[in-house]
Amino acid sequence: MHTESLGAIFLNALLINNFVLSAFLGICPFIGVSNRLDTASRMGMAVTFVMIVSSVCAFGVNVVLAWIGAPYLQLISYIVIIASAVQLVEMFIKKFSPALFRALGIFLPLITTNCAILGLALFQTAKEYSFSESLVYALGAGAGFALAIVLMAGLREEMELVTIPDVVKGTAVVLILAGILSMTFMGFAGLV
Amino acid sequence: MNDFLKGLWKENPVFVQVLGMCPVLAITNTVMNSIVMGLATTFVLVSSAVIVSATRSLIPKQVRIASYILIIATFVTMSDYIIKAVSLDAHRSLGPFISLIVVNCIILGRAEAFSSRNGIGASVMDALGMGAGFTLAILMLGVIRESLGSGTILGMSVFGASYEPWVIMILPGGAFFVLGFLLLGINRFNMSRG
Repeated sequence: MHTESLGAIFLNALLINNFVLSAFLGICPFIGVSNRLDTASRMGMAVTFVMIVSSVCAFGVNVVLAWIGAPYLQLISYIVIIASAVQLVEMFIKKFSPALFRALGIFLPLITTNCAILGLALFQTAKEYSFSESLVYALGAGAGFALAIVLMAGLREEMELVTIPDVVKGTAVVLILAGILSMTFMGFAGLV
Repeated sequence: MNDFLKGLWKENPVFVQVLGMCPVLAITNTVMNSIVMGLATTFVLVSSAVIVSATRSLIPKQVRIASYILIIATFVTMSDYIIKAVSLDAHRSLGPFISLIVVNCIILGRAEAFSSRNGIGASVMDALGMGAGFTLAILMLGVIRESLGSGTILGMSVFGASYEPWVIMILPGGAFFVLGFLLLGINRFNMSRG
């Protein structure tokens, strides 16, 4: 068993092992929807929400699966939970903010295939976190994702004001920026 | 045939569509990991393309994404157990990233964009092409990162004993840089052709 405190788990997921920048989870939306600051922050919130819902459900499912002794169903049941949570969020956003719905576009259903969310469910199981620890871990991971995508969106908005060579425009420059951000986040190692 | 070839270059899932980046960045620190990941992803792509294409008239539109994901998850669980049976070492070094093939955007993207609208034959060719394009891309990254970061390819030394490895290449930052510069090179190539 592990002996981390709740605060350590939170900081670990938020900064030291940031899901996007050091575990490479959730790269698709990180690159795809980080061109506007407001869209990025809402995407961050939507992902955090889905993370918390699916973390709680994954914990419950894991207990049930251990009880009936069917660990090979783990992956399939996690993904079903995540897909349903995403459809719920999708219907919710469509109803309350059609503009945001259009801005997020294809990336909204693709939250289902956001590795960060499934990765979270798998990691919390692998690390044998208790219920409260799982919840804090999900919160930290979601905040970490939001932090990374908002930082990147801010950088990209700034970049529109400067002249950059045509050849690096688009994904190439985003990846190089992400590399620099990732090196920066390596500085948090040893914080806890 | 055209369905196959477009995945290799013109619509390469990694370099052009920029999909499925998580495994591309995360497990390309050695060439071996890249090969195993490429094969596993291709297997899942092709088998799920067959099922999705065969059941495309049976699945109601509203629940299609959930159904595709279920189909994909089944094949990923299979390949997870196959890799575990064939090579425990490979399974250990890839860790959770085998399970994470489920959420590789390429697979769901192809199921949604191609297999759900085309026959089985065309879907298989499309899946094979995308799988080959994906494998090619992660192999490129794997070769660059392992040779620069550890001075080896498949564990064999390439630069001799006096080579000082660039440790950054096998760390997360290096992955972003290598892919960034590869895309930059491709942009340059496409621009020079007009």
